[in-house]
Amino acid sequence: MNVSVSRGGRAAVLGVGGFALIVVVLAALPYLVESSVTGQLVKLCYLITLATMWNLLAGYAGMISVGQQAYLGLGAYVLFIVNDHGFDVYTGTIVVSVVVGLVAWPVSYLAFRLRGGYFAVGTWVIAEVVRLVVIRFDALGAARGRNLSTITEDPVLRRAYTYWLAVVVMAAAVAGTYLVLRSRVGLDLQAIRDDEVAASSLGVRVTRGKRLIYVLSAAGCAAAGAVICVSSLGVASPTQIFGVQYSALMIFMVIIGGVGTIEGPIIGAVAYFLLDKYFSQSGVWYLVIIGAAAIVVSLYLPRGLWGLVSRHGRYAVFPVAHRVLSN
Amino acid sequence: MNWVNALVQGILLGGIFAMAASGLSLMFGVMRIANLAHGDLMILGGYVAAACATYFGVPVWLTAVVSTVALGALGFAVQRLLLDRAMRVGEFTPLMVTFGLSVIIPNALTQMFSNDAVPLGIGALGTASIDLAPGLAIGWFPLLTLVASVFVLTGLHLFLYRTQYGRITRATSDDSRTVRLIGVDNRRVYALTTVIALGTVALAGTLYTMRQGGVTPFEGQLTVLFAFETVIIGGLGSLWGTLAGGVALGIAQSVGAQLSPDLPLLAGHVVFLLVLVFRPQGLFGKGVTA
Repeated sequence: MNVSVSRGGRAAVLGVGGFALIVVVLAALPYLVESSVTGQLVKLCYLITLATMWNLLAGYAGMISVGQQAYLGLGAYVLFIVNDHGFDVYTGTIVVSVVVGLVAWPVSYLAFRLRGGYFAVGTWVIAEVVRLVVIRFDALGAARGRNLSTITEDPVLRRAYTYWLAVVVMAAAVAGTYLVLRSRVGLDLQAIRDDEVAASSLGVRVTRGKRLIYVLSAAGCAAAGAVICVSSLGVASPTQIFGVQYSALMIFMVIIGGVGTIEGPIIGAVAYFLLDKYFSQSGVWYLVIIGAAAIVVSLYLPRGLWGLVSRHGRYAVFPVAHRVLSN
Repeated sequence: MNWVNALVQGILLGGIFAMAASGLSLMFGVMRIANLAHGDLMILGGYVAAACATYFGVPVWLTAVVSTVALGALGFAVQRLLLDRAMRVGEFTPLMVTFGLSVIIPNALTQMFSNDAVPLGIGALGTASIDLAPGLAIGWFPLLTLVASVFVLTGLHLFLYRTQYGRITRATSDDSRTVRLIGVDNRRVYALTTVIALGTVALAGTLYTMRQGGVTPFEGQLTVLFAFETVIIGGLGSLWGTLAGGVALGIAQSVGAQLSPDLPLLAGHVVFLLVLVFRPQGLFGKGVTA
């Protein structure tokens, strides 16, 4: 019997082509629809970015973080510094990602002292420390938050630029995740996620792979933080941008959509976006239901909505798994 | 004398942290569940007590009993309905479930009681103190909480090391499959563990609420960090380490407050991170890291 190893083949071309098409359509939208629509899509874009970044950590490297708001908040605050030093906020976002990624690298040595649930809480403590340190700087607005010092004056252009920034960051996050996972490192990561000890015994450099993902995820969250900061022209309150509710959001989106797939977080983000749009007026009960939904889905539908759609991984828009076929 | 006072107040504060952390440590030890809702359950315990006193006129000392029993019963339900299943589904599912609970509890409390504090006054006991020297006084109530937490930890120790159920619990912690082979139902051990964990954390939450004079819905986001920090500073798997961890965290916070009123939280977190860097097994750990 002949066997061959496939990795999507025609499906992969269709998936990537489809994604590129969607990005092109999204990029053209400011010419086609009103700015209120693109304004809402900014939110959807950063939600997808955040969900994708959290999934990269949890779904591919087995690290459950409750502290990604550290990098999200840092993204916003480093953008203030970068902006004050003459960068415009759009190219500044690239600088922000790099800087925050460099910050996350030494921090990972601290966080990796802990595993599993304790890693989760350790990252939360680190986020609190970052917040408590940031609010000690008066130039960053202390505990009051602050505004961006220079940003495009013309409101129409500003909205369009902000939207394009959000689309670019989202596309880079999804495409970057796809490329990393299809690389050699991606294979290592999936081995680590499935069985860390076994992977290590086969010569996979476990800690190096996890550290790379931790740094990439921080950089992505920082870019999302910068997008949030640009879209609201600043930070209203450090407690909000460094708040654990962002982690709750990321976890919810990834669980609902399906952890450990590229498609899942996107679906989860869309689901949350719609829920938030139509039900957020119903007050605090809405958050109670969000929490309950996360519990029910993780208990009874562990592969999330995408798991239902893809019939437990048989179909994929972004195939990263190798599959053995008999010819 | 200010510094001695800060030290003493820190030790007294540490008692509550240690009591709150003991259940967290127990659940992790027996089931490998890191309960992210532990702080919110503590605050829920405080709410049960405060609501009993405020709305139903239950005597203050009795509210602690009501709260402990109520959360213990809740623990049984949570274990049987959610966590038992979560442990079968996947490695990280229990973490997700407890995180879901930590979203539900404070928001449900806000909906029911608003964001304003629900008071739980303890009258003259709250201010009574023993004056040791000028500027150095030990409050009766903080002293009582420290004694209570030593009692709780001693009780847990005696349970784990001197009773048949305790031996079974420790054996389940070491190897649940083998224990099942010799005829023990793991689920009963797990249920008992969670009942104890939630009962003790409710008591800690009640004492915390009495100490503060009241409770607000989102304080669990702080107390969960204190409880985890206490466990890590003290070292996993050691109840006396937990007491030491609570005291160390309490001292860090009150000395931080002595330095500057906006420093207590940061000082506590920094001590935790320093322990992670220089002594990851904790002060009394047995060489096992989390």
